Order: sequence, then structure tokens, then C-alpha cells
Amino acid sequence: MTTPLDVIAPRVLYCHCAYAAVVPKATKEAVLRGLTDAGVAFDAVPDLCELSARRDPVLGDLTGDGPTKLVACYPRAVKWLFHAAGVELSQNIEVLNMRTDTPDAILADVLGTPRPLVEVTA
Amino acid sequence: MSALPMADAKAATVTRFRVAVYESTGAEPLDAGVRGDLVAALLAKGYAVTVVRPGATLARFTAGTLVVLGRFTEAKPLEAADGPVAIHFRDVATLTAAQAVEVVDGLRGGEALTKPGAWKPWFPVIDYDRCTNCMQCLSFCLFDVYAVSADKKIQVQNQTKCKTDCPACSRVCPEVAILFPKYRHGPINGDVIGADDVRREVMKVDISALLGGDIYQALRDRSAKSKSRFAKERDEDRALEERQKCLVALGKSLEIPPEVFASLPSIDEIRTKADQAAARATAALADR
Repeated sequence: MTTPLDVIAPRVLYCHCAYAAVVPKATKEAVLRGLTDAGVAFDAVPDLCELSARRDPVLGDLTGDGPTKLVACYPRAVKWLFHAAGVELSQNIEVLNMRTDTPDAILADVLGTPRPLVEVTA
Repeated sequence: MSALPMADAKAATVTRFRVAVYESTGAEPLDAGVRGDLVAALLAKGYAVTVVRPGATLARFTAGTLVVLGRFTEAKPLEAADGPVAIHFRDVATLTAAQAVEVVDGLRGGEALTKPGAWKPWFPVIDYDRCTNCMQCLSFCLFDVYAVSADKKIQVQNQTKCKTDCPACSRVCPEVAILFPKYRHGPINGDVIGADDVRREVMKVDISALLGGDIYQALRDRSAKSKSRFAKERDEDRALEERQKCLVALGKSLEIPPEVFASLPSIDEIRTKADQAAARATAALADR
């Protein structure tokens, strides 16, 4: 059941960026630990880049149903990684950037009060 | 969300395999520490994971193998293995995270999944909001990473042929349209393109025009001149030294790792590839 005014608790998709050191290890670990400690439902993938390169259909499965907060890296990179995999991100996907934002800020956004949907911005 | 045309048939060969950490109806919640260790261990082994909590639903899963891990309090549902989705339930109440991962590994068995970490996912991603389909990347790359789609658009077709840590094609792109998400710095890593970046691109001279229309023809001409000069001078050591200096300078300016130079095709292969790339680019541009 949803609440009025399109305020829907979004799904959370977390990218572990496993195969490169571009996302600070401490940030990744703190965000993942925050999600598991909070006891929320979420999806996690080892590495969006790898999934994109092999056009893994899991990318479409995990972003196809309603609003999603996607915890990964730069929104422009995420948008075109999905495009390269044959999946167009819908307008109700919000990308949070572990390369620039702090774990506290990301977790506050993800675990905070549901809010009106926002667009993916490049 | 809509599906886009795929560049090749890779998706058809990908095996869908996902692990659900189930803590909803019919199962007890895991301790936070156990949950954290389990999810981290599964990710480290390359598995996609879904944590299912009360009130939440599992993300769409229409085909492949789903392994459901949990502390089940009710009789486990029947396993299904003959439909499009094979479901396996495993109780992890008495298992450590490492033991639970072993259980998943066993269920994965001979399924053709990518070995995690076997390849650093380094490859270009095109920002089609910026790309003008000029085909300079197609002409520039010697490793067949780029191709032209049926509708004459540039596309990245062979990601695994890209040379790890080499962002050179993004540096010749006049529109800052080529990303490498795992690159260190912006805007190549996907960061927002700032005014300075745009200014730099405006100043960037079209490499093709700079070299007289065809970068490889220019290189061939230069090579021919060099051969002539070197023949006269009969100084092969000096020629080699000059070439090495040129390569080092080029490598520095484009941040090309030395390994890339070491893996360059032979001169004849480069000529062939250059001719083929030029023909593809010309054909695609002519049809626009």
C-alpha cells in the first residue's frame, strides 16, 4: 500500500564496486554495514560495471519496479552503464554517489523519511 | 524502463543467479552482525544479493537460479528446479557466513558464472547525450573495442578488448562523451562536466583535421618520410630512439599505460585495422 502524493518507500540497490579502488573502501564498508545493521530490505551487486559489460539481465530486474535509490558512483556514469547494458533507467531512480558523499549522508538519505521522487540527473 | 537493442548476444549467454537472504514470513531475522557478514561474504564471491525483510518484496526474478538462505521457522517450501526459475532453500541457522557461502558455491555448481575479479571491468561507456557520432574513437582505437551498430551509431561492442587503465580514446573525444567509470578523475569518471572542461574541449583541435584528415594516413606518411630519411642517414639506433621518445611523449599526454604500447599490433596489422576502421567510419557517416 502506498501513501498519498507519490511518496513511496523506494527500493535500495547498492553497488560494491568490487573490482577497483575508486570508491573509498571505508565508505563502501560503512554504507553496507549501515544497511545491514538497519535491517532494511535491499539489493546488492558486486560491481555494476561488470554487470553492464556482460549485459547481465539482473540490471533490469533490480531497477524495473518502482522508485529506487541506487547507491553507486557518479549519476552520469551509472545512467550510461545501464544504457550500455540495454536498460534505460526510469525517472524515479535516484543515484547516490559513494565517490563524493560521506557514508553518513548516504545512509541518512537512504534510511530517512520517504520523500517525493526525484529524477536522475547527469 | 525499456529494453534497448543489444550490441551482441552476450545477454543470452548470461546465467541469472541470485541469493536471497530471507528474513520475512516463515523465518526468523538474522542478527545484524550475522546479516552483515553474510552479505559482505556473498558480494566478495561475486553474487548478487537481495535482503528480504517483512513488508518488502523480492525484486523481479523471472529466470535462472535463486538460492534462498534463512533461519526458517516453518516447513521449507518445496524446491523447484524444472521451471524457468530454479529455487533452492537452505537453512543457515547454524552456519557461519563462510559456510553459508560454501553452500551457495555448491548450488552454483557447474553453472557458467563469471569468476569474480577475473577481469577488472575497465571499458569505455558512451554518453549519448553528448556524442555526435563523429567516429573519431572508432578510428583511434586499435583494439576493436568500438563498432558501428546497424543504425549507423557508434557503440562499444568489445569491452573486454579494452586495455586496462588506458583512457586514451576519451582524451581524443572532442565532446567529452566517453566515460571510464573506474577512472580516477573527472569528467572521464562520469563527474559533472564543468565550464573548464568544456572550454578545454572547445580548444581541442580535431585530431583528424590536425593530421590532415586521417590519423593513420598521417602516421604512414610520417613513417615513409622517416624511412627515407633514415635510409639516407643509415642510423637505425637513432631512428629507434626517436620513435621511443615519440611514444613516451604520446603515452604521457594521453595517460596510456606502457603495457598498451607493448601489446600494439604489428605495423601491417595497424594498417589493415586503420583502413577497416576508416571504411566503417566513412560508411556510417555517409549514411547519416
